[in-house]
Amino acid sequence: MDVELLEIRQHMGQFPPFDGLSDELLDAIAGQVEVRYFKTGSDILVLNEVLNELCYIRSGAVEVYRRKGELYNRLVEGDIFGHFSLLRNHKVRFPATAIEDTLIYFIPDSIFQRLCEEDDDFADFVELERPRLETVAEQQKKSNDMMVTRIRRLVTSYPVMVESTTTVQDAAKQISDAQASAVLVIDDGNSNPRYSFQDSEGKTWQMCGILTDSDFRTRVVAEGLSPQTPIGDVISERLITIQSDASIYEAMLTMLRSNVHHLPVLYRQRPVGVVHLSDIIRYETHSGLYLVSNIFNQSSAQGLAKLAADVRAAFVRMVQEGANSQMIGSALSTIGRSFTRRLLELAEEKLGPPPVPYCFMVNGSMARNEQGIVTDQDNALILSDDFQPDQHDEYFQALATYVSNGLDACGYTYCKGDVMATNRQWRQPLRVWKSYFQDWMANPTPEKLLHSSIFFDLDSIYGEDHYVEALQDLIARTAPTSPLFLAAMARNALNRTPPLGFFRTFVMEKDGKHNNSINLKRRGTAPMVDLIRVHALACGSKAQNSFQRLNDISQTQLLATGVSDKLSYAFEFLCMSRLRHQMIDLQEERTPDNNIEPENVADSERHTLKDAFQVLSNAQKFLTFRYPVPAQRQGR
Amino acid sequence: MKGIRPRQRVTQSNWADYFAARAQRAQDGALKQFFAAPLPDPETPISQVPLVALDMETTGLDERHHGIVSIGVVPFTLDRIKLSERRYWVVKPPRPLDEASIAYHHITHSEIAEAPDLEDILDELLGALEGRLVVVHFRNIERPFLDTAVKERRGEGVMFPMIDTMSLEARLHRQTLWARFRRWLGRPPVSIRLHASRDRYGLPAYQGHHALVDALATAELLQAQIAHRYTPDTPLKSLWC
Repeated sequence: MDVELLEIRQHMGQFPPFDGLSDELLDAIAGQVEVRYFKTGSDILVLNEVLNELCYIRSGAVEVYRRKGELYNRLVEGDIFGHFSLLRNHKVRFPATAIEDTLIYFIPDSIFQRLCEEDDDFADFVELERPRLETVAEQQKKSNDMMVTRIRRLVTSYPVMVESTTTVQDAAKQISDAQASAVLVIDDGNSNPRYSFQDSEGKTWQMCGILTDSDFRTRVVAEGLSPQTPIGDVISERLITIQSDASIYEAMLTMLRSNVHHLPVLYRQRPVGVVHLSDIIRYETHSGLYLVSNIFNQSSAQGLAKLAADVRAAFVRMVQEGANSQMIGSALSTIGRSFTRRLLELAEEKLGPPPVPYCFMVNGSMARNEQGIVTDQDNALILSDDFQPDQHDEYFQALATYVSNGLDACGYTYCKGDVMATNRQWRQPLRVWKSYFQDWMANPTPEKLLHSSIFFDLDSIYGEDHYVEALQDLIARTAPTSPLFLAAMARNALNRTPPLGFFRTFVMEKDGKHNNSINLKRRGTAPMVDLIRVHALACGSKAQNSFQRLNDISQTQLLATGVSDKLSYAFEFLCMSRLRHQMIDLQEERTPDNNIEPENVADSERHTLKDAFQVLSNAQKFLTFRYPVPAQRQGR
Repeated sequence: MKGIRPRQRVTQSNWADYFAARAQRAQDGALKQFFAAPLPDPETPISQVPLVALDMETTGLDERHHGIVSIGVVPFTLDRIKLSERRYWVVKPPRPLDEASIAYHHITHSEIAEAPDLEDILDELLGALEGRLVVVHFRNIERPFLDTAVKERRGEGVMFPMIDTMSLEARLHRQTLWARFRRWLGRPPVSIRLHASRDRYGLPAYQGHHALVDALATAELLQAQIAHRYTPDTPLKSLWC
C-alpha cells in the first residue's frame, strides 16, 4: 500500500478489534475507507435504513439508541458501531447520533466480511452481542498479553528525525521540544536498503542511527564535543530496530538481547516511532521484562535472591495468559541468563577484572532457551588459552563459587551432576574444552556420554562469546561424520521411555512419594530433547533450541516427511502440560515439580498426552534403526 | 502569505462561457475533452455536486520560479469521501531547484530525476478532475501553478472554478464585522490555515505537507464548513470562485 494512508492505519491500529490485525489487513482497510463529517446533533444511522458499512469513530462522540429511544451506548474515538446490523439483515437496529462534531470512517461491508473470515479475534469481537464493557474486559485481559499485543500499540507519537548533518545542539533541542528521549538520524544515502524509505514528498531517505538521551551524555558531553558537531559523527554504527507488528514480547527480547533501551519501530522500512523500555514497563509492570530490568538494578546477591518470588509470579502469569512453551521457555531463560549475568558483574566488582579473558557458558535447558520453573544450574567456564592455573585459577574459582552460590539462592539449585563452573574439570581453557569434545566424539561409549551429553547443549551468556562458538563449530563439523558417537548418543536417548498404556494402566513412578503420578520430564520432555539432539548433531545443526533444531532437521532427509512437525507438536504439548501442572502446584502453594497427578489431568489432555507419548515412542524406535552401531565395533 | 504576488481575479460569473469557448478553441485533445465536460449549473445545491479535493506541494510560492513536486486528489461528495479512488503523484519540477527550496523540501536533484514529468501524468490528472468541482485550500497556489505548468507543456493553460476552503474561512473570520472589531482591538487575526481551520470544527490533526493527506483534510474541512455554516441546499454559486 502507499504510505500516504499511514495516518488512517496508525489510528485504527491502536484500537480493538483492529489492534490485533496484521499490518496487511490494516492496509486493506485504510485503502477502502470512506469518510464523512457529522455536526453535533446530526443523525449518523437512522432506524431501519439499509446499512452496508461498519462505522469507526475517528474523532468526536456518538450515542447509540435502542429502537424505542432508550440509550444503548455512548461511544468515542476508536469505537465501532453498526456491526450488529452488518451481521444480520443490513438494516439499522440501533440508530446513532453525533453528540459532538464527529468524523466517521466507513468501512465497506466487503472488507468487514473479509476481516470476520480472516481474523478469528476480530470475528469474536464483533459477533458477540453483549455490552461493550464486558467485551472490553475480556479484551483487556487479552491485550495485556505481551505475546499477542503488537508493539505498534505502544507507539504514541511520530519519531523525531533529523538529518545526519544537523548539529547535536539542534538535535537535542528538537528532542526536548518533542518531549522525546531519542532522535532518529537519517541521511539521503541508500547504502542500506533495509532502512530506506520515502518521505511524504517521495524522497528517499535512509535511517542511519539513533541518538538517545544517554548518548548525549556519553558520546557528546563526556567526550567534550562541541555543540556544533554534526550528529552523524557521534551515532554508533549499530542499529537495532523492530517491525511494528512484532509483539511487545519480541520487542522486549530484542532490547534485552541487544542491551538497548530504545527501539525504533518500523513499518516495513519506514520509522513510525520509537519505543523505550519504560513504555513497555509502564504497559506491563508485572512482566518478565520488569523483572529483568529489576535484576540488573540489584546491587547484591541478596537483592537478587529476593526476586525469586517474582520469577514464579511472572511464570504463572505467562501460563495463564496462554503463552506457548517456546515463549515461556525463552522468557524464563532470559530471566535466568539475566541473574547469571548480574551475578558475574557483581563478582567482577568484588574480585576485580579477570586476569585472562573468559566465557561463562551455560548448558542444558538454559542453553536451549527451554528453561522451566523447576531447574538446576548447569554451567561452565571456558578460559583463554593464556590461562595459567597456578596464577589465575584462584580468581576463577572464586568467581564460579560466587555465581553458583548466588544462583542457588535465587532458586537455581546446585547441579546434582556437578556440571558447574565450580568443578575444576569444567573450568578449563578453550584448548582443553576442545579436547574434551574431540574425545567424546572420537572415543564414545554410552557410559562416557551419559554425563556429558548435557554439554552438547551449549551457549555463551557472558564474556568471550566466540569461545563457545568455536566449540559449536567443532561439534557441527565433527558430529555428522562420527557414526559411533551418534550411535552412542542414540542409545542413551533410549534410556528413558514414555509410558504407553496410559488410561487403565497409568504408569506411575514407583520411587517414593510420587506413586500416583508420572514424571513428565523424565518420561516425556527429556527423552524428546535427547532424541532431537541426536538428529540435530547428525545434520550438523548449530541450533540449541529443540524447536529450532527440528526446523534444521526438517530441511534434511533424516526423517520422513512430516515427522519433524509431529515431533514438534508432541514436544510442545508435553512441555505445556508440564508447565500447566507446575502452575497448578504454585497456585495451590505446593512446591512445583515435574510430576503430574492424574486427578489434575482433564480428559482431553489425557487423550492428547497419550498421542504425544506415542509419537515419542515411535521416534525412539526409529532412532536405533537410523543410528546403528557400526558393524566392526559391535560387541565392544 | 508573504511572497504571493497579486494576480488577475478570475470571476465566477463567466465560467460556463469560458468553458464553452475553451472547448471550442482548444488544440490539445485532453484539454478539449476536459473543457467539454459540462459544468454544474451555478444554482445546483452543493449536496448534488460531485467534488474532488486537490492539493499540491510545490517548491515555492511563485509559479514563475517554482514547480510542482507532488499532487494528491480525492474524489468526494458531501456524503462520502472516497479514499479508494484517491490518486497521488510525485512529479519532476521543470525548473532547477534553488538551494533554499532543497533545504525546505528535503528534495535533491537525484530524487527529482527519478520522478516523471507532469506531462506524463497530466492526462490522468485532468481525467480525475473532469466533471467534478475542484476543492482546494488556498486557490492561489493550485490555480496558477497548474495553469502555468499546463501552458508550458500544451501551449494553452487550464483554469476552472474552485471551492476554496480557505476563502470560506476568511469570509467567516476576516471579513465580518467581528473580525474588523478584533483587528481594531489589535488582536491577531484568526488563523485560516488548514490545520487551524480544521481544529475549529473538531477535526483531528493530520500530518501536514503531504499532498494526499492535505487533500483528504481539505475534503473533510469542506464537509464540516457546509455542516456548520451552510446547508446541503446552498447553491454552488455562493461557494465557488
